[in-house]
Amino acid sequence: MDSEMRKDTPIDTGENDSGILLQDVERGLYDFKDEEREEDFFKVDEGLTPDIVREISEAKHDPAWMLDFRLKSLEIYEKLSVPDWGPPIDGLDMAKIVTYVRPRTDMKASWEDVPEDIKNAFDKLGIPQAERESLGGVGAQYDSELVYHNVREDVAKQGVIYTDMESALTGEYEEMVKDHFMKLVPPTDHKFAALHGAVWSGGSFVYVPKNVKVDIPLQSYFRLNAPGAGQFEHTLIIVEEGADVHFIEGCSAPKYNVANLHAGCVELFVGKNAHLRYSTIENWSKNMYNLNTKRAICEEGGTIEWISGSFGSHESYLYPTSILKGDSSHAEFTGVTFAGKGQNLDTGARMVHIGRNTSSFIDTKSICKSGGISTYRSCVEVRKSAVGSKASVNCGSLMLDSESRSDTVPAMVILTDKADVGHEAKIGKISDEAVFYLMSRGVSEADARAMIVSGFANPVSKELPLEYAAEMNNLIKLEMEQG
Amino acid sequence: MALLEIKGLKAGIEEGDILHGVDLEVNPGETHVLMGPNGAGKSTLGNVIMGNPAYKVTDGSIIFDGEDITKLTASDRAKKGLFMSFQNPLEVPGLSLESFLRNALREKTGKPVRIFQYKKQIEETCKLLDMDESYVERDMNVGFSGGEKKKAEIFQLLMLSPKLAILDETDSGLDVDAVRTVSKGVEIFSKNGGALIIITHSTRILEALRVDKTHVIVKGSIVASGGAEMVDEINNNGFESYVGA
Repeated sequence: MDSEMRKDTPIDTGENDSGILLQDVERGLYDFKDEEREEDFFKVDEGLTPDIVREISEAKHDPAWMLDFRLKSLEIYEKLSVPDWGPPIDGLDMAKIVTYVRPRTDMKASWEDVPEDIKNAFDKLGIPQAERESLGGVGAQYDSELVYHNVREDVAKQGVIYTDMESALTGEYEEMVKDHFMKLVPPTDHKFAALHGAVWSGGSFVYVPKNVKVDIPLQSYFRLNAPGAGQFEHTLIIVEEGADVHFIEGCSAPKYNVANLHAGCVELFVGKNAHLRYSTIENWSKNMYNLNTKRAICEEGGTIEWISGSFGSHESYLYPTSILKGDSSHAEFTGVTFAGKGQNLDTGARMVHIGRNTSSFIDTKSICKSGGISTYRSCVEVRKSAVGSKASVNCGSLMLDSESRSDTVPAMVILTDKADVGHEAKIGKISDEAVFYLMSRGVSEADARAMIVSGFANPVSKELPLEYAAEMNNLIKLEMEQG
Repeated sequence: MALLEIKGLKAGIEEGDILHGVDLEVNPGETHVLMGPNGAGKSTLGNVIMGNPAYKVTDGSIIFDGEDITKLTASDRAKKGLFMSFQNPLEVPGLSLESFLRNALREKTGKPVRIFQYKKQIEETCKLLDMDESYVERDMNVGFSGGEKKKAEIFQLLMLSPKLAILDETDSGLDVDAVRTVSKGVEIFSKNGGALIIITHSTRILEALRVDKTHVIVKGSIVASGGAEMVDEINNNGFESYVGA
């Protein structure tokens, strides 16, 4: 989420397949949980106090500056109020959120050493399979700690650092972390950024040295697995001048009755002429409050590409932000959001043009069904300094029935007249005639509808690696099948 | 035994019936031509045979290949060997013809499609229809010209090889070259033993075909049936003598 999104009311708008499709997947895959041995885990008290923050910090062996940072963040957290401009988050009672659950295993270097029940959970999520398919490195987070982490040797040989945040913080990269940690998303940004600063735990640290091109994607899985547990992972990626990397973040969580909170933070630093692609598929369980903050900053000639699929959660506030600081830097955001029954997903993107000749492109698709609410919210800001910049926004919505709701809130703040800004929005429904057309070739009605919806989301899935595209199409099919 | 047997078919929309008791029999491999003035119910008949849920059958039955299909969904009818070439083929963004047809073929045969064989079939069919192979990779009908859309329909016809195909004004609005290509595809389908119901206003698509029967439909009823010669007769004299009947 993003503090400044609250300004994005329309008033501010100065201007404004494949075989994969039909695979059978059990919905249960994404809703399982492991009941066993929860009592073995170390838990902190349910409420949030300076003592709890100290406890977390101590358990994580934080350096002293990080403890200070956490306590300051907690002070800020207490002063800020919850946002009032998006989906209602009254259902969230912070006094009941267990902010930190420590898994009983330490970091493991190889898959064989990971305990069986945790392994089973990850098996169901397909992590070892992804590894077999020789993706770059696998970092999987179980509750709030990384339990399994591996970077392929050839990536490490290139000088690429891919580790968990805790190791980075207490090891030789401490200074680098200190220089960047929550500099893009300060705790003052909004209440949940402050909360994140106070209780963050887990996450990935990636450093790609100058001119290094990583040709296999690095990937990381996050998952919540304890009743009432929040997850506050921090991802910090630094891509130096001329370097190139693709990072994939996949999320899925089991279903619980207690309100769950996800307030992660992603900070991406894209150097001069560097290229970073950040892909995400989020499939949180349907009781999750997903209040995530993602932000990137690009130096001269740098490129950030966001690919984003938002499926699960009860409510989401998610607007990845790209700050185009350097001249001729470029940002693209391609996203799909699927809001089903009981879901209120407020998603979009924010682009801030500062450098000259910068360009940004937003292409989003939102789908809503069975009473789900999907809101597209974006803000394109072209500062006075951003002479010669170009910005384009294209958002499409598909409503699968008349009880669902789709809103579009595209704000634009253009402070120079030497910029080229365009916006296009479309809201539509699945045409019965198109369903009949596909059925007349022998596909079932359900498949015909799923094909039309998958086709609608295709601009996103075609940008994803094959297995992620398959997962996304499966998710679409599952969502379509649910009442 | 007739391949298609329609008995006393009444069907229409909420506001009332459009078809008022249609009887029609099509034997395997036969080519039937359906003619009639605008709004007579030709397209409605095609859509009702194919199972368009926008129309409700209020009386009568449709027997296909020995089975009553009156209550079946369009997809089940397609699996049994029915096909309709749409008058206005719909655009489906993000879905390529290649991937869609692969799914449709798998549904129809109940077996996974063998990719090498499938690609070869695509290649040959494209060649036959003078179609650039890149069309099958593109989103279905998106940005296609009128002629390209109709070619894509005939492409699907040949790929799926049904027992009976309804061609709903497949030749209308096409230039001479496109009609020739489309006709060639239909001729191949017919020669391979496929039965046809051709809804048309012109004779151009019929030139290469052996027409078995011609039917004239007026105000939702078939008012006259005859042989191939009726097509020419109607083209010379119009529907006037039938409308009054």
